[in-house]
Amino acid sequence: MNLLTAIKRIRSWLDERLGLEDIKSFLVHKTVPRHSATLWYYFGGITLFLFVIQVLTGILLLLYYRPTVSEAYESVQFIMTRVQFGWLVRSIHSWSANLMIFTAFVHMFSVVFLRSFRRPREVVWLSGIAMLGLALGFGFSGYLLPWNTISYFATKVGTDMAASMPGIGYYVARFLRGGDDVGGATLTRFFGFHVAVLPGFMTVLLLVHLVLVQKFGISSPPKIEQKYQRRGEPIPAMKFFPNFFLRELMAWYATLGVLGSLAAIFPWELGTKADPFAPAPAGIRPEWYFLAPFYTLKLLPSHVWWGIEGELIGLAGFALLAFFWAALPFWAINRQGVERSRLVTGVGVALLAYLASFSALGYWR
Amino acid sequence: MATQRRTILNWLLGTGFIASIISFLYPAFKFMNPPTVPEAAVNEVSAGRVADLEPNSGKIIRFGSKPVLLIRLSQTEWRAFSAVCTHLNCTVQYQPTGRQIWCACHNGLYNLNGQVVSGPPPRPLEEYAVRLRGDEVIIARRA
Repeated sequence: MNLLTAIKRIRSWLDERLGLEDIKSFLVHKTVPRHSATLWYYFGGITLFLFVIQVLTGILLLLYYRPTVSEAYESVQFIMTRVQFGWLVRSIHSWSANLMIFTAFVHMFSVVFLRSFRRPREVVWLSGIAMLGLALGFGFSGYLLPWNTISYFATKVGTDMAASMPGIGYYVARFLRGGDDVGGATLTRFFGFHVAVLPGFMTVLLLVHLVLVQKFGISSPPKIEQKYQRRGEPIPAMKFFPNFFLRELMAWYATLGVLGSLAAIFPWELGTKADPFAPAPAGIRPEWYFLAPFYTLKLLPSHVWWGIEGELIGLAGFALLAFFWAALPFWAINRQGVERSRLVTGVGVALLAYLASFSALGYWR
Repeated sequence: MATQRRTILNWLLGTGFIASIISFLYPAFKFMNPPTVPEAAVNEVSAGRVADLEPNSGKIIRFGSKPVLLIRLSQTEWRAFSAVCTHLNCTVQYQPTGRQIWCACHNGLYNLNGQVVSGPPPRPLEEYAVRLRGDEVIIARRA
């Protein structure tokens, strides 16, 4: 029996038990629309690729990291100074987290401007928004784990924002902190959220998202749909496998190149160990994706109307904004079923402008 | 009769199922709620010796589990405030150049009476009493 025959037999054995031919047939027949905006379709896959890198480097970091106040900072220091390639693994983990959130934002805004959230894809949009929320949760919980000064104060501020919620705020903050203040219990909880709770939810949502994308196919922008409808032609498409897949693979390679360069040229710093009895250092600011709310809270006066605290107004504003943004597919069409195209584009551009300008101001001022 | 029996069975099964779910979730939620750990009430602490702090400077003192900002304004004048910013819980610091209290997180400023001067803090800082016991600086809660 030569090698080829052996491979054929193994394949046949697996096919009988796993249905490989069905998967192959599905991939061969699956198509991706090909038009001027196809470029934006790659960002979902790039985000997924960065998430996989997060999982792999996270598993490596778990081999050495210790989630206690007395050991967390020292264990990260050990990873960076003593473990072979430890600095690189941690740097890749941190940089890929930031790039993942960036590409997730690009993916989200491309979905808005290409109108990919339209019926029947509302649940795809909602699962995507929930995953973006989880990604921010990953960022927030992971930020505390090295137990350095910046992360300590970021967590104090973040959990205190939760405490400001009327009625339930105190309980939510206590649940997050594992007590009344940020301390060892918070670190243990955040570690649990970061490596077990959030990945569990993320896996479920990711499966829902991907299954629904397969079920409904990739959406084309209405303008392109109309253009080809007028011509009486179908929208040009390329085969998912191998054409789109190989292009996506190239995008992943390019991403890996950017990620590796950033991680090697700008290794992620560790900073100084958190001291709960030291003042917040000058120039303190959160990660870039929290800069816009950070700067907004900085600008709000102590009291706004009728003695209501500015902080509370700000938080209520963020909550409302998040709610209306998540509900986008439901207000993007009017009662007659006609799309409110200008409104959607206007809101999308306004949100993008707010996030970009306030993030820049939060960084520089 | 058969339909009625089926309805009763469905109702019993349904409520039993919901009750069992609640009986699983209740201890889980209770478990997640951190227990209140009683702390010994601290009413005063020693902040070290007078000579430890130069005039026009400040330092953070541990008052039980809370940070307190002790400020020495001059040879004889001392102040102490809770070092927890009333905005979002950051730890404030004394700025000798402007002779004010500053929170680096959101740029909140307080004067030397703990009152908000500018920025987002909604309330003044809680003030503590400072007294000297010989060469020792004592910080105490105000009555």
